[in-house]
Amino acid sequence: MSRQIGDVILDLQNISLRFGGVKALTDISFNIREHEVRAIIGPNGAGKSSMLNVINGVYHPQDGKILFRGQERKKMEPHMAAKQGIARTFQNIALFKGMSVLDNIMTGRTLKMKTNLLWQALWVGPARNEELVHRRKVEEIIDFLEIQHIRKTPVGRLPYGLQKRVDLGRALAMEPQILLLDEPMAGMNVEEKQDMCRFILDVNDQFGTTIVLIEHDMGVVMDISDRVVVLDYGKKIGDGLPDDVRSNPEVIRAYLGAGH
Amino acid sequence: MGFFIETLIGGLMAGMLYSLVALGFVLIFKSSGVFNFAQGAMVLFAALAMARFSEWANAALGGDSLAMANLIAFVGAGGVMWFVAWAVERFVLRKLVNQEGATLLMVTLGITYVLEGVGQTLFGSEIYNINVGMPKDPVMMFESVFDGGILINKEDFIAALIAAVLVGLLTLFFQKTPVGRALRAVADDHQAALSIGIPLNRIWVIVWLVAGVVALVAGIIWGSKLGVQFSLATVAMRALPVVILGGLTSVPGAIVGGLIIGVGEKLSEVYIGPMVGGGIEIWFAYVLALIFLLFRPQGLFGEKIIDRV
Repeated sequence: MSRQIGDVILDLQNISLRFGGVKALTDISFNIREHEVRAIIGPNGAGKSSMLNVINGVYHPQDGKILFRGQERKKMEPHMAAKQGIARTFQNIALFKGMSVLDNIMTGRTLKMKTNLLWQALWVGPARNEELVHRRKVEEIIDFLEIQHIRKTPVGRLPYGLQKRVDLGRALAMEPQILLLDEPMAGMNVEEKQDMCRFILDVNDQFGTTIVLIEHDMGVVMDISDRVVVLDYGKKIGDGLPDDVRSNPEVIRAYLGAGH
Repeated sequence: MGFFIETLIGGLMAGMLYSLVALGFVLIFKSSGVFNFAQGAMVLFAALAMARFSEWANAALGGDSLAMANLIAFVGAGGVMWFVAWAVERFVLRKLVNQEGATLLMVTLGITYVLEGVGQTLFGSEIYNINVGMPKDPVMMFESVFDGGILINKEDFIAALIAAVLVGLLTLFFQKTPVGRALRAVADDHQAALSIGIPLNRIWVIVWLVAGVVALVAGIIWGSKLGVQFSLATVAMRALPVVILGGLTSVPGAIVGGLIIGVGEKLSEVYIGPMVGGGIEIWFAYVLALIFLLFRPQGLFGEKIIDRV
C-alpha cells in the first residue's frame, strides 16, 4: 500500500463519561494516527457508540482531554467538529429520507460552500457557479461508490445496504480528515459487507482519510484495521495490532464469556 | 350557471387567503418538524406592526405619499418579524434541540400567548386599518358569456395573484437553492444535519423569518380586507383543516387544500345550507378534514411515512 501512517492526529486522554449514575466510559485513553484505519470493537453496550459521540462532539466527557493535532480541544458541538474535518455515518442510518441520493450527498458540501447564505437563497450569480463545482465533486463520489443508477431515487425507497452506502457518500462529500463509521456493516449480508470493506479501504488508500470504525463483528474488523481498541463495560481491555488483540485473553473472555 | 361560477370564484378567493396562512404552517413544519401553533399570532403581530408603522410613517411624511409610507412600514414590519425569528430561536428552540414533537408544539402555544400579549401592548388593541391601495370596487366580467355577468372583487383577485407568486418563489427556494436543501435536511434529521456541519441555529432563524414574512403578507391582505383586530389570530384555526387536507409538508398542498376548503365552504353554504338551516360554513372545513384523515392521514400531497419495524 502506498499510504504512510503518520503522526497522532487525535489523542484521547483519560476520557470518562457518565449519564447520571451510569458510567458509559471510564478512564479511556487511546490515540488515532493519520491515515490509519482504527477500529473500536466490543460487545453490545460496551460504550463504542458513546466513544464515537465523544469524538464527534455530541457528548461531552466529564473528565479527560482530547487533543486534535496536538491542540487541546475545547467543549465543542457536532457542527464544529464537522468544520474541523470530522465526518461521520450513523448506526441506524440518519439520511434525509425525503430527498434524492444526489441531494443527500450534496448536503455534505454545505461547509465547502463559500458564497453567503443570501446569494444562495436568491440563487443567482456566484452561488450558481459554485453549485456546479460541487455537483461535479458529488458526481465523482457517486461514481466512486457505484451508485449512479439510483442518483435521483428518494433515499427512503432504497434497500438498507444502499442506504448505508449513501450515508458513507454524504460523509465523503465533506472531504473529511477523519471519518467516523458507526457499525458500517451492521445488518448487511456477506456480499454487501465485502463491498463496504472495499469502499472503506479504497477511501483510506485513495484519499488518505483517517478512518475510525466501530463494529461488533470481530472477523471483518480484524481484516481491514491497522490497530484495534477493545472496550467492555466502558473500560478499555485491549489495544494494539489485530493479531495481538485476537490473542489477548481478556478480549477472548469478553467476547466468548468466562467459560471458554 | 353564472351564479354557480360566481360562488366558485368567491370560494377560490377566500381559499387563497386560507392558503397563505396554511403556507406559514407548512414552512415551519417542513423545515423544522415543529407544528407552529403560533402562526396565527404571527399573522396578527405582523399585521399590527404593519398597520401602526404605516400610520406613523404616514404621519411623519405628512400624509403625502401613502406608497412610501407603506414601503417603510413593510420593511419595518419585516424587521420586526426578523427579530421575532431571532428571539424564538435564541430563547426557545435552541434549548429544545432533539425534543419530542409534542414538547415543541406546547412551546409554540406559549409563543402564541407571548406574541398576542406583546403585540397588543406594543401596538395597541384597537381595530386598525391597513391601506395598501388595494382597489375595493368589484368588476363585472364575462357579461357576454353569462346572463348578468360575473361579479369579481378586484381586491381578491390581486390577493390571489400575490399568493400565487409567493408560492412560486417559495417552491423554487426549497427545491433549487442550497439553503432550501439545508432546510429540508434539518427537517429530516437534526443529528445528521449537525454532523455534516449545517448550523442549526442559523437555519432556524431563516425558517422562522420566512414564515414571518409569509405571515406579514397574509396579515396585510387579511388586514386590508377585514381590518386588523384580535380575531385575526383565530384565522389560523381556520387554516388548520387546510394543512390537514393538503399535507403538512407540502407547499403546493397548502394551496390546493386552501382552495378546496374555500370552495367547499362557499358551495356547501349556498347549496346545502338551506336544507339544514344554514351555518355550514363554520364547521364544513373541519368535517372535510376529518373525512380526509380517515382515508389519507398524510394529506393530499404529504410525504407518506413508512416506518421500518
